[in-house]
Amino acid sequence: MMLENTGHAVLLVILAMFLVTLTTRYGGVLLMSWVPINRRVEGFINGMSGSVLLAIILPMAVQGDTAARLALLTTLLTVLWLKKPLPAIAAGLLVTAGWRYFM
Amino acid sequence: MALISTETRLDAYGTWLGFKRLLPLSMFVVAFGLAFGLAAAQAGLSKFETLLMSGLVFAGASQFAALELWQQDIPLLTIMITTFAINARHLLMGASLYPWLCQLPPGKRYGILTVISDANWAMAVQDYQRGERNLGILFGGGLALWVTWMLGTWLGLILTQGIPDPQALGLDMVLGCFLLTMAVGGKKNARLFTIWAVAAMVTLLALWLLPPNSHVVAGALAGGLVGALWLEPVADHGKTADKDQMEVDS
Repeated sequence: MMLENTGHAVLLVILAMFLVTLTTRYGGVLLMSWVPINRRVEGFINGMSGSVLLAIILPMAVQGDTAARLALLTTLLTVLWLKKPLPAIAAGLLVTAGWRYFM
Repeated sequence: MALISTETRLDAYGTWLGFKRLLPLSMFVVAFGLAFGLAAAQAGLSKFETLLMSGLVFAGASQFAALELWQQDIPLLTIMITTFAINARHLLMGASLYPWLCQLPPGKRYGILTVISDANWAMAVQDYQRGERNLGILFGGGLALWVTWMLGTWLGLILTQGIPDPQALGLDMVLGCFLLTMAVGGKKNARLFTIWAVAAMVTLLALWLLPPNSHVVAGALAGGLVGALWLEPVADHGKTADKDQMEVDS
């Protein structure tokens, strides 16, 4: 389902995201009052929440330019090394900016 | 640290203490909010729309993801499913606090849950295990995260006005780099690498073979199925909900 990118459509998308997120915030407690969440469901949710991020990033690396790939690679290595997200993001941006300036 | 109350309750004093405790950590949230403000402006959202999204959705990774899917035409269903997949961890966070929250009247219970997020949840779990029964850390902490997330978003919007060429500074990659740090945070083991490998393969196959945008849903489902089939050892039970997340995600 595609919406034309107009003012009303944007508001509708934001409202939809709000309701979906609110459902996840309320849903856990609500579900538990009927039936306990078992380990399979927990495994599914954990596996899914990591994979969805990967699924969004991969096309950027596959279809992006060299600067984009370098940004992701730098960020990946830095976050694995320092375990801190902010310096890793900064390093990724720095390498991208440097590549675009000098190359 | 002394306990605020040993009886389950939500009051103004506990909320204020929770707010103050999460405020230092929330400075990182300002930085992430700033990054989101920058990215949203580049994606073509107006100032009002950007602030509205931060204020209502209040979940960083899913907001960045929505921007990535933002195009000439907006794929509503894909954005909704992606938002659900990223934020489904809230289900586990809420469920883990059920024994505590179910002692409150529904109004307060769901009021608190409206601002549940990774950082205040993690702190609340620790507090509960220490015997703390005042829910101020969850509610006040959530308010601190929300306020700083809005502040950061607003600063990002102001900053973009002064940047003539965001691409030259690499700012178009803020989004991808942010999501990447969120994806690889947490403990890594053979199970997780298998999940990633399967999710990556399915994502790429869907990217080439299936209709546009379906790769996100396909990859998420594939990773979820592997996670359901290959369960975490029982020893980790109860602490798994925050595995994939960094402490400062909001």
